Amino acid sequence: MKRSRASIIGGSAAIAATFVVFVIPFLFIILMAFKDRQQSALRDFSWPTGFHLWDNVFEVVRTRNWMMITAFVNSSIITVASVTLLIVFAAMVGFVLARRKTRFNGLIEFLILAGLMIPPAVVPTIWLLQGLKLFGTLHGMILIQVAYNLPFSIILYRAFIATIPRELDEAAVIDGARPFDVFFRVVLPLLWPVTVTNIVVQSVGIFNDFTNPLYYLPGNQNATVQLTLYNFQSQFSTAYNLLFTNILLITIPPLIVFMFFNRQIVAGMTAGAVKG
Amino acid sequence: MTAVAAPALPKRRSLYPGWFYAPAAAVYSVLFLAPTLASLYFSLTRWTLFDATFIGFDNFAQFFREPFLVQGLVNTVIYAVVTSGLKVVVGMLLALMLTSEIIARGYLRSVIFFPVLVSTVGVGITFTVLMHPTQGMINQTLAFLGMAGPGWLVDPRLALFSVALVDVWKGVGLATVIYIAGLVAIPRDYYEAARIDGATKLQNFFYVTLPLSRPATATVITLSFIGGLRTFDLIWAMTKGGPGFASDTIASVIYKQYQAGFYGLSTAGNVVLFILIAVLVVPLTMFLNRKQGHE
Repeated sequence: MKRSRASIIGGSAAIAATFVVFVIPFLFIILMAFKDRQQSALRDFSWPTGFHLWDNVFEVVRTRNWMMITAFVNSSIITVASVTLLIVFAAMVGFVLARRKTRFNGLIEFLILAGLMIPPAVVPTIWLLQGLKLFGTLHGMILIQVAYNLPFSIILYRAFIATIPRELDEAAVIDGARPFDVFFRVVLPLLWPVTVTNIVVQSVGIFNDFTNPLYYLPGNQNATVQLTLYNFQSQFSTAYNLLFTNILLITIPPLIVFMFFNRQIVAGMTAGAVKG
Repeated sequence: MTAVAAPALPKRRSLYPGWFYAPAAAVYSVLFLAPTLASLYFSLTRWTLFDATFIGFDNFAQFFREPFLVQGLVNTVIYAVVTSGLKVVVGMLLALMLTSEIIARGYLRSVIFFPVLVSTVGVGITFTVLMHPTQGMINQTLAFLGMAGPGWLVDPRLALFSVALVDVWKGVGLATVIYIAGLVAIPRDYYEAARIDGATKLQNFFYVTLPLSRPATATVITLSFIGGLRTFDLIWAMTKGGPGFASDTIASVIYKQYQAGFYGLSTAGNVVLFILIAVLVVPLTMFLNRKQGHE
C-alpha cells in the first residue's frame, strides 16, 4: 500500500496527540504505582526514584484485613454467575422471540427497550430485596445484574439467531430431537460467536459496575473491586502511591480481556448499538 | 419441504416453547418491572421503608422548589447535551481519521478505545488528581507553558464541564468505533460519483458522508444522551456533586437523598429522571429515525 507524505505527517501528529491525551494518563497511573509515598505526594510525571511496586501491591492487598482479596473473589463470583445466567436466559428469549411471531412480540420488544432506557428505581428495589431476604447478598447482586443486563444480551442474540436458517430446527425435530434439545444441542452451539461477544462485553461491564454494588451490596465482607477503590479513596488520601496501585490492579483484568478479545468487544458494542 | 413439514405440524408450536421466556421474565419482572411500578406509588409518599404515608405530589413540588434540586435537574440536561454533542463531533472526526490512509491505525484505534473498558471510578480518581488546581499535572504543564490553568473541579462554573470532559475522554472510543462501522458501510460508488461531479473534500463530507452515516449518528446520540442523563459514578468519584451543588445531577441527588434517609424524595428523583428520559429521548430517537427515512 502506498503511503503519501501527508498521511505519514498526519499519522505522526495523530500518534503524538493521542499519546498525550490517552496514553499519558495511563503512564501516570503506572509511574505513581512504582513510587514511594513521599515521591508520589508530589503527583508529578517523574521517573520513580526506586522500585516500590511490590511493596505497594502488598500494602494495598493487605489493607483492611485483606479486603482486596475478598473483593476480587466477590467480583469474580458475581461476574461469572451473572454472565452464565445472562447467556442462558437471553439466548432462550432471543431464540423464541426471533422464531415465533405472536401478538406478544410487540410487548416484549417494548419491555426490552424500556429495560435499556429506564433508570432502575433504587429504593423500591432495595425494599423489595429486603423483603426477599436478598439485600446485601451475592445472590441478590447476581440476580440484579441479570435483570439489568438482559435487554442488551437479548438484542445481541435475537439479531444473530435471525441469521440461522429455520430449516435447521426442523431437521433436528425430524431426527427426533425434543424442543429442549433443539435449542440446547443444535442452536446454542451455533450461537458461539455471539456468545463470546456477550461474555466479553457483559463481564467487563459487570466487573466495572460501581453504582449497583454501592446500593445493593453494602458491608465490608461484600466489597467488590470497584468499591475497594472508592473505600480506599479516603483512606489513601495521603498515600497516592497506594491509591494508584489500587487503580492499576483493577485495570489489569479489563486490559487482559482487551488484549485477547479486542475484536469481539468492538463487534459486540457496535452491533448491539446499531441494531438497538 | 411442505411434505416433510406436514407431519411435524402438531409439534410445531412446542418447537419454540413459550416457557423459554419464563426464567428471563421472572427475574426481569420481579427485580426490574415491579420496583419501577412501585416507584410510581412510593414517590408520592413519605417513606421509611417500614411504613409509607401518602403525601400526594409534595416530593415533586419539593423537587421543583428547592434551588439545589432544580440545579441538579438543569445540570443533568447540560451534562447529557455536552457529552453527547462532543462525542458525536470528536467521535466522527476520529473515525474519519481512522478510516483514512493513515499510519499506525491499529495503535490509534486501540489507544482511543481502551478507556471505554477501564473502571469509571479509577478514571475519575486519576483525573481528579490530574486536574488539581495547583498540584495537578494539567495545570503544572499549562504553567510551564506560561498559561494559568483554571480550577477545573473547584470552580463552581467549571466543575460540571470538567467532569463532562472526562466522560468524553472515557466514552469517545465507543462513539468512534460505532462511526467506523457506519463509515465503512457507505458504498464507494457514492464517493466515485461525487468525484466525477468534481466535489471538494468538504462537499464530500457534508453531502455524502454525513447524511449516509446518519444511523451511526442516531446511535451515538441516543446511547450517549441516555448515558449522560443517567450518569452517576463519574460525578460521584470526581466531585460528589460539589463544589456546593454545582455539579449535582439527578442521579447524584437520588443517592444523596437515599443516604439521608429521604426515601420518598429519592424515589421521586427516580421518577423525575425516568420522565426526563422519556420526554427527551423518545422524541429524539423518533426525530433521528424519521429523518433517516426521508433520505
